[in-house]
Amino acid sequence: MAIVTYRDALNQALREEMHKDDRVFLMGEEVAVYNGAYKVSKGLLEEFGEMRVVDTPITELGFAGVGVGAAMVGLRPIIEFMTWNFALLAIDQIVNAAAKMLYMSGGQYNMPIVFRGPNGAALQLSAQHSQAWESWFAHIPGLKVVAPGTPYDAKGLLKSAIRDDNPVIFLEGEMLYNTKGEVPEEEYVVPIGKADLKREGGHCSIITSGKMVLTAMQAADLLAKEGIKVDVVDLRTIRPMDVEAITTSVKKTNRAVVLEEGWEICGIGAQVVDYIQRDCFDYLDAPVIRVHQADVPMPYAKALEKAAKPDVPKTIAAVKKVMYIEA
Amino acid sequence: MAAKKKPDVKSNAALNTELLHAMLLQRRFEEKVAEAYALGKIGGFCHLYIGQEAVGTGVMSMLRPDDYVVTTYRDHGQALARGMTPRSVMAELFGRADGCSGGKGGSMHLFDRNLNFLGGHGIVGGHVPLATGVGFAIKYRGGDQCIVCFMGEAAVNNGAFHESLNMAGLWKLPVIYVIENNKYGMGTAESRASSIQHMYKRGDTYSIANAEVDGQDVFAVRDALADAIERARTNYESTLLEIRTYRFMGHSMSDAVSGTYRTKAELEEYMKRDPITLLKNKMNAAGELNDARLADMEKEIAAVVQDAWDFADASPEPPPGALYEDVLVETTSDSPVRV
Ligand SMILES: Cc1ncc(C[n+]2csc(CCOP(=O)(O)OP(=O)(O)O)c2C)c(N)n1
Ligand SMILES: [Mg+2]
Repeated sequence: MAIVTYRDALNQALREEMHKDDRVFLMGEEVAVYNGAYKVSKGLLEEFGEMRVVDTPITELGFAGVGVGAAMVGLRPIIEFMTWNFALLAIDQIVNAAAKMLYMSGGQYNMPIVFRGPNGAALQLSAQHSQAWESWFAHIPGLKVVAPGTPYDAKGLLKSAIRDDNPVIFLEGEMLYNTKGEVPEEEYVVPIGKADLKREGGHCSIITSGKMVLTAMQAADLLAKEGIKVDVVDLRTIRPMDVEAITTSVKKTNRAVVLEEGWEICGIGAQVVDYIQRDCFDYLDAPVIRVHQADVPMPYAKALEKAAKPDVPKTIAAVKKVMYIEA
Repeated sequence: MAAKKKPDVKSNAALNTELLHAMLLQRRFEEKVAEAYALGKIGGFCHLYIGQEAVGTGVMSMLRPDDYVVTTYRDHGQALARGMTPRSVMAELFGRADGCSGGKGGSMHLFDRNLNFLGGHGIVGGHVPLATGVGFAIKYRGGDQCIVCFMGEAAVNNGAFHESLNMAGLWKLPVIYVIENNKYGMGTAESRASSIQHMYKRGDTYSIANAEVDGQDVFAVRDALADAIERARTNYESTLLEIRTYRFMGHSMSDAVSGTYRTKAELEEYMKRDPITLLKNKMNAAGELNDARLADMEKEIAAVVQDAWDFADASPEPPPGALYEDVLVETTSDSPVRV
């Protein structure tokens, strides 16, 4: 298998799906001439032309709605947000238009559209540019929400998202674009809605997704050195969530830590914990602990930012706590 | 902008009769809707089109079946004018299984895929980018259709409107944006909401051809559409039409017809230019209509509207299982597709 960056894996997925289906087009700010703000769309303009790789004005609400309209009449738009922070200007189109069109039309207009871009914090970008939005979109019936953490999953899930006949929110990680991993030469897809057991342990389950998969894996490596073996359940898709993968792991380990990039209140972890208490109540040997961003806007100063973010030490501490191990 | 008259295949009398019939049907249908609303058979927000019928009727009469339409929550008249059956619209208003949206949309969300009627939408301005997207899709495929996007005059103060027109002007898309200026957005007069009073001029900002149209005169609407359609079909160019009209009812069923924001005297003044009366007068003068023929038409329409009511009333509630249907679709095919 080739070793490929997360960025190139996404690029391959876009290229392959655009070759396969003429209805697929990519639209967003700087996607064409500039090759993408994060170079995910590199080379696509040259290959597919300006009708299929479309630079837009800075008009998130507008071009998200253009995607929705085009999807209603049979095209399959991929709408790139330079980052998901800017998608707030388009949330009306995503929530009030894309997510509800099928339902309020009584099944007449489905919405084969992908909204994608980097989600979550990078480094010292401070409050307006460092936010993880998964719980906002996962709240909405009518959307699928995908957050791949590895190049393999990024490519396979983006291909599935583009082929999906429903609106898919595709959350990439700015800090993941340069990460590398194995990606098969031959064609494959990763199904939406299926979690992946990224590490098998037995002492405790870490349930996570997206960029935090990397954090969980690093924590798992360090814990293993101390003889603590954990399951890392990578949700990969946040909506629909693979509840069985969560409960199977927790019933085995009897302990769980839920790790997410976003804020605590009404976060993804709250939902995961609810599934656990419903299905694994009698299996738990300790209360479930959540690891997440501090309940503040992201600060700029390095030390404060570090303190605000979920990370490897916080994850390790949480695992030890649910195992009643003195730190 | 000078309107070019298109030669009409139909004789004027036949065409005029059709237009009159369409407008009368909308009027009588909505009078019935008001009755049903008062009886609690229709719930939620319900916005009537009475007084504005010449706009939707004139526009639809110029479109081809393969063109597209998208509109606001004030959508009953336009849905009928586009060819949706009174039965399917009334059943939707009653929230029944046979409604055009399966009872899941209601008054504000009438959809009909077979007629390329892309819905009534409830967020002011929110549907305007959809029209731009449909225009993009038409050009993407190299088609010669157009899309008409209806909106109220209050929507032009909304960011979605400006973002949409900028892209349509920039990319040259076959979209006809129709502002139905009925002078009020709920209780806010246009002059209290817009920094300029001739909204069609906003098209200039985006290099989009624009015109002001008398919306009580169905023929003026048709003429304006003829120009706009030609621009769309031949050059992928957009048009912004400000069609001046007036609503004879309250903003919605819960709103008084006149009151704090407009006087009864103003309403009465505008009602002198009832679009249906204007057309009738014209046809009478041309000898195309007489009392007996009008009475026949009214009778036939009354029966159709009553039938729609009876049909809606008899139509079942959506089955309980429908609650969880149409949230997502099963993805069916992943075979290569060429446009
Ligand atoms: C974004 C948004 N804000 C407010 C409302 C509430 N609202 C519904 S209709 C309306 C007035 C719109 O007036 P106009 O666009 O002129 O259309 P008209 O009702 O006159 O046809 C308002 C404020 C809404 N539906 N959407
Ligand atoms: Mg108005």
